[in-house]
This record gives sequence, C-alpha cells and structure tokens, in this order.
Amino acid sequence: MTPLDFVVSLALISVAAGVLGSLVGLGGGVVIVPVLTLLYHVDIRLAIGASIVSVIATSSGAAAAYVRDRMANLRAGMFLEVATTTGALTGAYLTTLLPARFLFVFFGLILAYSSVATFRRRHADAPLTASDDRLANYFNLHGTYHDLAEGREVAYKVVGTKLGLSIMYVAGLVSALLGIGSGALKVPAMDSAMHLPMKVSSATSNFMIGVTAAASAGVYFVRGQIDPIIAAPVAAGVLLGATVGARILGRAASKTIRILFVVVLVVISLEMLQKGVLA
Amino acid sequence: MSGTGQSSGRPAASLPSGARRALTPAESERMAEKVRRVELAISLVLRVGVLASVLVIAVGLGLMFAHHGSYLSLTGPLSYRALTSATTSFPHSFGALGHALAHDEGRGVVVLGVLILILTPVLRVAVGVVSFAYEKDAPMALVTLFVLAVLVGSFFLAGA
Repeated sequence: MTPLDFVVSLALISVAAGVLGSLVGLGGGVVIVPVLTLLYHVDIRLAIGASIVSVIATSSGAAAAYVRDRMANLRAGMFLEVATTTGALTGAYLTTLLPARFLFVFFGLILAYSSVATFRRRHADAPLTASDDRLANYFNLHGTYHDLAEGREVAYKVVGTKLGLSIMYVAGLVSALLGIGSGALKVPAMDSAMHLPMKVSSATSNFMIGVTAAASAGVYFVRGQIDPIIAAPVAAGVLLGATVGARILGRAASKTIRILFVVVLVVISLEMLQKGVLA
Repeated sequence: MSGTGQSSGRPAASLPSGARRALTPAESERMAEKVRRVELAISLVLRVGVLASVLVIAVGLGLMFAHHGSYLSLTGPLSYRALTSATTSFPHSFGALGHALAHDEGRGVVVLGVLILILTPVLRVAVGVVSFAYEKDAPMALVTLFVLAVLVGSFFLAGA
C-alpha cells in the first residue's frame, strides 16, 4: 500500500469515525485506534496520538454547529469542564502509581454498568420541569433545545450537579490515564446523573471532549506521537464526518441515539476488559 | 469542587446568574439573550479554527505529495509503513517545526495545521472567559477562567 492509498483510505474511514463520534459524543478515537493498529498495523503510540487529533476534530467540528443550534448546553458544559480538566491534570501524575491492567478492568466494569444504566433510561427520559439543585440554580445550568425530530422546543432542568462533577472528574482522570474513553463517562454523567436530555448530553459531551483532549495533546506532541501523514487524513476526514453528524443528531430520535451510544459503550467496555485480562 | 458556587458569594439581586433560586420567566429571557451572544461568539471561534486548520493541513498534504513524486502512485514498492513506523522522523518540537517550515517541508505545514486544531479548544475557552466577563456573568467567567488556567498550565507542564 503506497502513501497515497494510505491517506485516501484512512481519510474515508475517518469520515465514518467523525459521523459516529459526533452522534454519540465520544470523539472518533473509538474507531481510529483499532483501525490504525489492527488494519494498518501502525505503532500503538502513534495510533493514540492520532486518536487525540480525532477527538479534537470531532469536538470542534460538531460543536460549532451544536453550540450555534443550542443543541449543546454551553453553560453546563463549561461549568463541568472545571472537573474534567482538573481530573486530566491529576491523571497525568498518577500514571505511574497504578498498574494499567487494573485500571482497564476497573473502568471496563464501570463502563459496563454505565451502559446498563443508560439503556434502562430508554423509556423514562422525559425532561425534568423543576430543580432544587443549588449549584444548578446558582449557575443557571438549565436549558432549552429545539428537537427537530419532535418538532418542538424542549425545556429541561438540571439536577445532581455534585454527582455530575464527581463523575466528570473521574472522566478526566481516565482519559489522561488510559488515553481513551474521554466521552464514555461524560454522556452517562449528564444523562443519568444530571437528567439532561440524551441528545443534549451527547452534544454537550462533544463540546467538552475537545478541551479534555487539548489538556493532554501538548504532551503527545512533544513525545512525538503526532505523525503528520496519519494526522492529516484523520483530521480532515473526521472534521468532514463530524459536520455531517452534527446535521443528523437534531433529526434523529432520542431513543436511536441512546441505543447507538449503548452499543458503542458495550464495545468499549469489552475492549477495556480484554486489555485488562489478556494483556 | 462543589464549593466553587458558594464561595464566589456575590449579590444575587442585579444579575440573573448567581441567583440562589430559580429564575423568573423575565429573568430567564434576559439570561437567554446573554447566553445567545456567548454561544454565537464561541461557535464562530470553533468554525474559524476548524477551517484554518483544514486549509493548512490540505496545503501541507499537497506539498508532501508534490515534493515526493513516489508517494503518488497507486501501486508500487513504496509502502506507507516507512512513514508510520516508530522510527519515522517528523517535527515534534517548536524548533524542529520552525526548521521544517523554513525549508518548505509539507510535513511541517501539516503539523502546523494540527497545532492550530489542538489550540482551537483552548482559544474557545479563552473567548468564553472574555464573553462571560463582557456579559457581566461573574460566576461563569470565573469558572471558565479556572479551566483556561488549567489548560495553559498543562501545556507548560508538558514542556512544549
């Protein structure tokens, strides 16, 4: 396979990764890392560097539309970033303290639990109309979004801010420790713990993952993990895919997005468990 | 972490944000207008950052292929593996990047585009701080400023 074939084929796969990542709020890393390592046999360090690029590309590409269309909850996202960035910074220093194998098993189980919790909410995700959460009221994290699938404005209230912050801290920690799963805990934190609507959770997660990834991108750049011939097709393809995905999310039914998210989450948790048990 | 809200302790009367109760409909509406302006500013930053990085990356990729004719064939002995192995060299410090750019190297231009992409979320947070401050939304401005400080700190800790 010549460099041209590589660039063109990887760009096409990246478009698909961008569409999927922007719909479920996870970034394209879920697709990019396995594709690069298993299909192209690229060194894992370079694959993780490409994954960081794809997460930022998904986030910025999709969030430009999500924020403009008020699909993402800007205030809640920026408020919760306090916890994710702090978590990411602490994670960078904990890397050597805990064995990666234990972490993979631990977070594999957490994600398996999250996927069950997210799946269970499929019939009971009506937005809340009142909230006595002091933090949510103080920062006014409540919102409204226009649901194109239902053709109406949906107003929602936010609860469980402290639990949400705690999970977000762990989400930042995990993404710094393992280099994956930046959005996998963010969506359940907003959907299950804070009762944001599913599509808002996905869009807001998309908005946030770019910042979490940017917090560790500097390290990856300096360590020489960002290879231009991999990063170029990934960035361009994912950006295009994320722009397309951002147009689909508003029109898709909440339940479809929820099921799609659960499926991807199950795959990630199995991947993590496999790495922890077999590695 | 949860103390962030209480600790800023400012008068709740004049500002919709920072109230310790649910907002009245009139306050909510005023709030929505403010948030709208911040949203539009941030959406614009993201779009500009994304477009700039895509353009630079495309130019860099074009240069790479223009300088190395052998990359362009669809079949042939040259494998991409030579460019994606653990020993492949490419710029990964600002010094090396400057050198690559000065020599008109395609890969240097691509790396520059990727750096623009990486810095877009950071710039988005910075614009958030300014917008919230401009809209006199002190609690959110402080929260966003904290995030910006952590982000900038992480870049310095990385030694980039």
